[in-house]
Amino acid sequence: MRHISEYRDASRMGPLLDAISASVARPINLMEVCGGQTHNLLKYGIDAMLPEQLTMLHGPGCPVCVTPLELIDQAIAIAKIEDVIVTSFGDMLRVPGSHTDLLGARSEGADVRIVYSPLDAVDLAEKHRDRQIVFVGVGFETTAPIDALAVLRARQKDLDNFSLLAAHVLVPPAIDALLCAGDVNIHGFLAPGHVCAVMGYTEYEALAERHGVPIVVTGFEPLDLLVGIHMAVRAIQTGQATVFNQYRRVVTREGNVPAQQTMRRVFALCDRKWRGLGLIPNSGLRLRSELSRFDAAARFGVAGLTARESTECRAGEVLRGALQPPQCVAFARECNPDHPLGAPMVSAEGACAAYYNHRRT
Amino acid sequence: MPIGLSCPLPLAQYPKITMAHGGGGRLMHMLIDELFTTAFGKTEEHDGATLEVEGGRIAITTDSFVVKPLFFPGGNIGTLAVNGTVNDLAACGAVPKALTAGFILEEGLPTETLWRVVLSMAAAAEVVGVPIVTGDTKVIEHRDGNGLFINTTGLGMVADGVSIAAGRARPGDRVLINGSIAAHGVAVMSVREGLKFESDLKSDCAPLAEMVQRLLTAVGPTAVHVLRDPTRGGVATTLCEISCAAHCCVVIHEETVPVADGAMGACEILGLDPLYVANEGKMLIIVAPDSADAALATLRAHPDGKDAAIIGEVVESPQGRVIGRNTFGGERVLDMHSGEQLPRIC
Repeated sequence: MRHISEYRDASRMGPLLDAISASVARPINLMEVCGGQTHNLLKYGIDAMLPEQLTMLHGPGCPVCVTPLELIDQAIAIAKIEDVIVTSFGDMLRVPGSHTDLLGARSEGADVRIVYSPLDAVDLAEKHRDRQIVFVGVGFETTAPIDALAVLRARQKDLDNFSLLAAHVLVPPAIDALLCAGDVNIHGFLAPGHVCAVMGYTEYEALAERHGVPIVVTGFEPLDLLVGIHMAVRAIQTGQATVFNQYRRVVTREGNVPAQQTMRRVFALCDRKWRGLGLIPNSGLRLRSELSRFDAAARFGVAGLTARESTECRAGEVLRGALQPPQCVAFARECNPDHPLGAPMVSAEGACAAYYNHRRT
Repeated sequence: MPIGLSCPLPLAQYPKITMAHGGGGRLMHMLIDELFTTAFGKTEEHDGATLEVEGGRIAITTDSFVVKPLFFPGGNIGTLAVNGTVNDLAACGAVPKALTAGFILEEGLPTETLWRVVLSMAAAAEVVGVPIVTGDTKVIEHRDGNGLFINTTGLGMVADGVSIAAGRARPGDRVLINGSIAAHGVAVMSVREGLKFESDLKSDCAPLAEMVQRLLTAVGPTAVHVLRDPTRGGVATTLCEISCAAHCCVVIHEETVPVADGAMGACEILGLDPLYVANEGKMLIIVAPDSADAALATLRAHPDGKDAAIIGEVVESPQGRVIGRNTFGGERVLDMHSGEQLPRIC
C-alpha cells in the first residue's frame, strides 16, 4: 500500500531519531497542532523515543474537542424535536453535552444518524421531504468546504428541509491566541497537514514572522512526523522563524483554491467560542446572511442556548498544551472513555483518548 | 441468597439501553456481568456452553442477528445467522448437528425479501451439512417496513479430549488467525445508508467448523487451548475477553496481523482500527507453542485459512491486558472498546 507502508518503514526511523538528537542542544517545546498527529506520536511510541530535552506539546487541533458545549446542547435540543433527523460524523455522537450526548438522545427516541459526508445528509433531505434534516457541521478548514458544498447543493435543489448547525473553527487564529496568551512556552509548531492541503500556508507565514517561531507543515504518518520534528528542531536551533513544508506530496503554498472559493461563497468570518480556550476573534465561520435560511440554530430557535463547562474537566489546559493528560487527577480514574468528563477523552483525535489508549504499558 | 424483586437495579447510571450496549465492547460486558450474570448466575465465558449428557458431550449456543442493511456484499442476514452460529459451535470445538431458526418479522416486510433470506439460509446450512430442525415466527407492528431479525440456536457434539475455553490460554501459547481481518465490518458499512462508499470489498462470512475439525485432528485436541470467532468488537475485544478469563496478557505484533489492502484503505479513510472491526469468517486460535507451526500449516492448507498467520503470543503479565506492538517499537494497550466504533470527522 503505497503512502502507507513506505511512510511506516521502521528501518528509516533510527537515522531520523539520531539526526533529531544531534540537533537538540537545549530544552525545546514543540507543539503538534492536529489531534491526528498526537495520536500517531503516541500510537507509534515516537514521543518516548525523542531526546529528553524535546517535549511535544499537544495542541487544540481536535475538532470535536474544541466544539463549544452549547453546540452539543443545541444539537440535542434539535434532535428532540419531532420529525427532525440530526446527522453528523461519527465521533461527534459521544461528545458529552451538559446532560447527555447525541447517542443518549438517540436512546431516548431521537433520530440521530451517522453520515460519512454532509452530501449524504442532503440526499436524506431529498428522500425524506416530510422531515427536517440537520447536519451538525463542526471541524476545521478540512470539513468546511464540503459542508459549504452541501449548503450550495441544498439551495440548488431548493430543499427547504435541510439545514446546517455550523460551528467551524480556523487554525491560524487559535495558534495566534495561544502565542499571544504566552502562558505556555512554545518554540515551534507542526502545522496540520490536511488543513494546509485546503488552505495552503500563506497565513502561517504571517504567524511565523509575527511571533518569531518556525512552523512546519507536517503529515501524519510516523516518518512524516519524524521528518517534520527534525525540520522544526533545526529551524529552532538556527533561529529561522519561517514556514517549512514537510508534506509536499499533498500541500502547496496556495492550497486548494476551488475549495477555498466554495467556503467563501457560503461562510463569513465570525468570532467563535472554543471549548476550553474561550472566545477567539475571527476564529470561526458562520453562514453568509444570504444563506441564513439554512442556519439550523435560527430555524429551530436554539441559538440562545447557553451552557456552563464542568469544573472537573481540565480540557482547556490540555487543549492549550499547558497540561499533559496524565497530569490531570481525573485521568483514567473519574474520566475514561466510558465516562468522559470532556471531549478530549472521547474523540478519535482527543489528546486524553490518545494517552488512555496508548499510555505506556 | 437468591436475588429477588427487591434487589437493586444494576447499571443504575444507564437508565436506558443505548446502541453501545450491543456493540460488543465494555458497555455490553457491563450489561452481561452486572445484569444478566447477577440474575442468572455465572456461566463459562464463551460463545457457547458444553454440557455432559449420557453418551457424550454436547455444545449449545444461541445468537441473534439484527444486521442492517439485510443484504450486503458477500452475504445477507440469513447467511450470517447460519454461519455465525455454526462458528460459535466451532469455537467450542464441536461438530454442528442441528440448528433452530426464530424469525421476528416486521409488518410490511416484502415476502420476497424473506424468501431470499430463507433460501440463503438453506443453502448455507447445506454447505455445512447441518439441518434446520425447528423454528418460530413472530410479527411485530410496522416501523420502517424493513425489519427482519433472526435468532438461531446451534447444537453440536464435542469429541473426547477436546477442552476449549478462554481461560485455558497459558503463557507461552501462540495466537493465530486464519486470514485477513476487518472485511465484514467494512463491507456492511460500505452499503449502510448515509455511509455509502465505493468498495469491492466483500464480507468474509463463512462457516469454519470443518476447518476447526481439521485443525483439532492435525495438532491433537489437547494442543488447542482457545478458539474464538472475533465478530463484534473485532480481534482486539475478543483477545481482551481471553486475557481477562485466563488472567494473562496477550501480545500482538501488529504488522503480522493480515489485513487486505481494500479493508486497510477503507479503515484508514474512515478512521477505524481494523483490530476492532467485525469479522464473520475468522477464528482466533490459541495453541501450545510446540504446535504452532503445525497449526499454521494445517490452516494454510484449508481454503478458509490460506492467509493464516501467527500474530502474537500469551505472556504472564500484565494480567488481563492486550498489548499491540508495532515495528517502530511503539506499544499500545488494546483496550476493550466502549461501544460502537464510529467513523471520525477528518
